[in-house]
Amino acid sequence: MSETAAATRAIRASRWASSLPLSGKIGLALVIFWLLAAIFGPMLAPYPVGAFVAYDVFDGFSAAHWLGSDYLGRDVLSRLLSGARYTVGLALAAAVLASVTGTSLALFAAVSGRWVDEGLSRLMDTLISIPSKIFALVLVAAFGSSLALLLLIAAITYVPGNYRIARALAVNLNEMDYVQVARTRGEGRAYIARSEILPNMIHPMLADFGLRFVFIVLLLSGLSFLGLGVQPPDADLGSLVRENISGLGEGAPAILMPALAIATLTVGVNLLIDALPGRSRRIAGEG
Amino acid sequence: MASTAMTSNGTRSGMRTALALIAKRLGSAVLTLLLVSMVVFTISSLLPGDAAQETLGQSATPEQVAALRHQLGLDQPAHLRYLNWLGGMLGGNPGQSMVANMPVSEVIADRLPNSLVLAGLTALVAVPLALFIGIFSAMHRGTKLDRGLNIATLSMIAVPEFLVATIAVLIFAVKLRLLPSITLVSEEASWGEFLRSYAMPVMTLAFVVVAQMARMTRAAVIAQLNQPYVEMAMLKGVRPGRIVLTHVLPNAIGPIVNAMALSLSYLLGGAIIVETIFNYPGLASLMVNAVTSRDMPLLQACAMIFCAAYLLLVLIADVVAILANPRLRNQ
Repeated sequence: MSETAAATRAIRASRWASSLPLSGKIGLALVIFWLLAAIFGPMLAPYPVGAFVAYDVFDGFSAAHWLGSDYLGRDVLSRLLSGARYTVGLALAAAVLASVTGTSLALFAAVSGRWVDEGLSRLMDTLISIPSKIFALVLVAAFGSSLALLLLIAAITYVPGNYRIARALAVNLNEMDYVQVARTRGEGRAYIARSEILPNMIHPMLADFGLRFVFIVLLLSGLSFLGLGVQPPDADLGSLVRENISGLGEGAPAILMPALAIATLTVGVNLLIDALPGRSRRIAGEG
Repeated sequence: MASTAMTSNGTRSGMRTALALIAKRLGSAVLTLLLVSMVVFTISSLLPGDAAQETLGQSATPEQVAALRHQLGLDQPAHLRYLNWLGGMLGGNPGQSMVANMPVSEVIADRLPNSLVLAGLTALVAVPLALFIGIFSAMHRGTKLDRGLNIATLSMIAVPEFLVATIAVLIFAVKLRLLPSITLVSEEASWGEFLRSYAMPVMTLAFVVVAQMARMTRAAVIAQLNQPYVEMAMLKGVRPGRIVLTHVLPNAIGPIVNAMALSLSYLLGGAIIVETIFNYPGLASLMVNAVTSRDMPLLQACAMIFCAAYLLLVLIADVVAILANPRLRNQ
């Protein structure tokens, strides 16, 4: 029974994937590749992450070290796979946190009275008027940058943007006849928000979730690149670019590969979202 | 006669509505900036430990710390400190930089012009390029060319600035040895040197901004191309290039300028990476240093300048949108 259901779902998923335009397929492939790399990558890594294994620093591509060696003679491929786990994991967690918080607050504002809505929206409008990177810098300066704090900072930075979109959708849906009917029926606010409004805005919110993920990947790797993000001995992809910056003069793969990894991840998500039917119009608008 | 009088009357009342709207936007922007200043101040005074203890170090006696706390005004309640800080900020004296041991205003006065030059040059490069790409792909909408440009700009938006910067350095500084990899700002540089040293930072910054701007320009022009008057012109046999130049652009100028102002606000975020990577002595790299050294007065001042610049760009975008709306202009 469950096997047939799984099979149907697999068929439906593959049909959906083949209905995407070429750019969407490329995006989907990149996204799946990086998700798999984040989950299984560290197990497949040829060398331990911190081990000094190459004779030379900033080696080029070779059979022993596919992506060369870094500024201390460590294997770039192994470090990249581990860095991908940090980048994808942190950004995914932060994007989930930002989207869930923003959407919950928006639903709360939509079904609550005018004052709650006004107050929350004013606060979010204020926060959205602070450019996200500046906001993140102020937060880092105040709280520091441990992994947990970085996750929180990235989430806080992108809650207002998610809230604004979710609120606009929720307020419109709140005026729909079927919501009025539910209200007349005597349903509570929580029920209306959860069962009447939320299911009807889930698609645009998923597209928005993808955008938040892209912003957060760029923000976190930017912070790490500036030395304000993930701190050693942990390293995400942005940290890898930073620590190998001295290899730029030699054009070492150690600096280019992590930067390219970030770009393929974010471009992939962007292409996938753009190819979704009825996609959100606001592709990569900051805030 | 009567009809002329009525039109000019109508225009005047339209102008009045527009002015009232603009005044409202201006007021709301000032209010937002005030609220932003509260947020920035609140977050940055949440520091664990306090500035006096940090400046003096572990070996300081409690009396010394108390004296410095008093001198810095840290022993006052939070709302008084906020009002003092806000007053100082408005009066052009945002306090003393803890690390440079100089007034914050002097440190910033050193750096701000550099950032403005960089932003201005980038806008100078980005705006014409983005206009061309946006209008061009709007005119060819739906074709392979347009789809290709769509994918290209979509990807460019998602590329981190440091990848663009490293690739640019690799190509132009390392391989071709055409451009210096660090931007030196000096008074007596010749025009050639000036352009050469700014080429790469401007290129990197423009990369993302152009993509963003071109996408928004395309959307604005297409919104006009879908209007009935364009169909009318087409049916009358006006050539596509002429339709865009004489019919569409005058109507799209509002949305386009709006798009330009909004995309230019991306410069603020991009400058943080670009100024750092090219060692450019601007405001954004100053702010990064302030974060690293936890120099709070300097950080607060930089953050407020960036927020004010952002709000100003959004305000310009709003005002242009109001002025460009013919329904408001001549009601």
